[in-house]
Amino acid sequence: MNIIEVKDIEKIYRVGDHQIRALRGVSFHMEREQMVAVMGSSGSGKSTLMYILGCLDRPTSGTYFLEGTDVSSLSDDQLAEIRNRKIGFVFQTFNLLPRTTALENVELPLIYGGIRNSRKRAIEALERVGLIDRMHHLPSELSGGEGQRVAIARALVVNPVIILADEPTGNLDTKTGSEIMGLFKELNSQGVTVLIVTHEAHIAQECQRIIHLRDGQIVGEKT
Amino acid sequence: MNLIIAIKIAIRSLLGNKVRSFLATLGIIMGVASVILMLGLGEGARVKVTDEIKSFGTNLLVLRPGKKGLHGVRTTEAESLTLEDAKAIAKIPFVKNVAPQVATMAQLKYLNKNTRSSATGTVPSHIEVRNFEVESGRFIADQDVRERRKVAVLGSKVKEDLFGALNPLGETIKVNGINFQVIGTLKAKGDKGWFNPDDQIFIPISTAMKRLLGVDYLRNINIQVESIEKMDMVQRAIQALMRKRHRIPLGEEDDFYIRSQKEYLESMARVSRTFTFLLAGVATVSLVVGGIGIMNIMLVTVAERTREIGIRKAVGGKNRDILMQFLVESLVVSLLGGILGIILGIGGGFAVNLSSKYQVIIKLAPILLGFLFSASVGIFFGYYPARKAAKLNPIDALRYE
Repeated sequence: MNIIEVKDIEKIYRVGDHQIRALRGVSFHMEREQMVAVMGSSGSGKSTLMYILGCLDRPTSGTYFLEGTDVSSLSDDQLAEIRNRKIGFVFQTFNLLPRTTALENVELPLIYGGIRNSRKRAIEALERVGLIDRMHHLPSELSGGEGQRVAIARALVVNPVIILADEPTGNLDTKTGSEIMGLFKELNSQGVTVLIVTHEAHIAQECQRIIHLRDGQIVGEKT
Repeated sequence: MNLIIAIKIAIRSLLGNKVRSFLATLGIIMGVASVILMLGLGEGARVKVTDEIKSFGTNLLVLRPGKKGLHGVRTTEAESLTLEDAKAIAKIPFVKNVAPQVATMAQLKYLNKNTRSSATGTVPSHIEVRNFEVESGRFIADQDVRERRKVAVLGSKVKEDLFGALNPLGETIKVNGINFQVIGTLKAKGDKGWFNPDDQIFIPISTAMKRLLGVDYLRNINIQVESIEKMDMVQRAIQALMRKRHRIPLGEEDDFYIRSQKEYLESMARVSRTFTFLLAGVATVSLVVGGIGIMNIMLVTVAERTREIGIRKAVGGKNRDILMQFLVESLVVSLLGGILGIILGIGGGFAVNLSSKYQVIIKLAPILLGFLFSASVGIFFGYYPARKAAKLNPIDALRYE
């Protein structure tokens, strides 16, 4: 079964009198346990696509089925619930809560989801990314690579349908970046579905499938 | 989201900005502290004045000539009250003592010392009716009144002014140029603020009327009733008697009025109520100002933590979770301010009690009021910033630099 099925998605932003067509009819689908890269230069619409796939935004038109459910017209609260249970985000700038330990950062989605044993599950997630010994540290005390690992643990902790990563290596040096990519591949081999948005070809190369985006349209696909 | 977690987050964020959090609460601290202190001062003043009114004399009615105007203020001086009225009143049942009185400001002189004071012409029962006590010598006696003797009893302040440490008994003082012999002194009752009962001399009423004032009417008649329960009854009896004696036709107003302690206490209650309303007004203003301070800080906090809000929404925080978080934070700030304000107010009350003649009595009600007020200020003024945070678009919030 396709876990993501997107049909003719358009996204139009209105800035003053101007209309910006960020996505112009994007259709694709993704299967479980895939690792997919969405490539494009800045302004290609790849971030917009990720936000829609991540249920942070709704398409102007078109349909989006996540695990068979049409999520293109859900309310804010319903989308928040979907994000909480089915989606894990990893951002370029890590986006960890400051003044909050690694463990508590990882625990955050479980708290919003009202899940019991949140501490135990958060520790398990940190174990999976190899950061068990750093769990009581604050983000400011962690290196870039460690910060991103915490972010990945936070994405993993709810056992999401898919992890969406937006330029996850963009703020890291090459060595650390490849370590993070290695972690994604390892998780993927354990059955986690991953979609990585990037503009770097060598990052995209690591994925099984590359979708090229330009000016809001899919211009090519490579498997 | 769990309330305890929301409180934990709030406290952590407040501790992250200690100086700012303190400044945010300062308005509330000041507001609550001043409310508690001022209500305490008001209560202290009320108790003090009530005690003093009671110290005037027990079961006291005062009959004065003239019409009663608005709020009990006399509109006219009148010359209608006579010694015969006083005698007639003495026959009313349950009247224990009647002390008619005249008074004038007089120049007092002893050797080279001068003072201006009130000379009160009265009768022996005055000392009991008005709760005075003899310190040395004796008070005015019936014989003094009968024989219009030129004798005087000195209040403690007059004694101090004219004689200092000397013994005044048997000495001669001049009252408006007339010689009087000092036969006694009274114990101090203490200054009452609006008048000082120790700053007067007492002379026989007959002497005062004939020799000093040259009048045949009274300033007032003090009436002591046997018990407090009988006061209303006696007051009505006096009113009926006086209307009859003064031949006031039906429907016409009294040409006299009677004041009781009860009335003094009631007017005091009125004053303290007004005072309380005034304080409530001041308190409301200061708490609104404090609340605006909190709103201001919360708006800054929300703007500063836009990214955090974005993260929370991205991982599944709902609008109401965010609203709750910031509302709790604002509530924690204001309650903290409220508690500090209560402590400061109570501490200030102790300081005032120790260091000044004012008395502060802090009751539980203003403390609860302060607590409740600060909580509602926190919710009221925290709502707008919290709603603003809750309504943030998650994408914009995540991109916020």
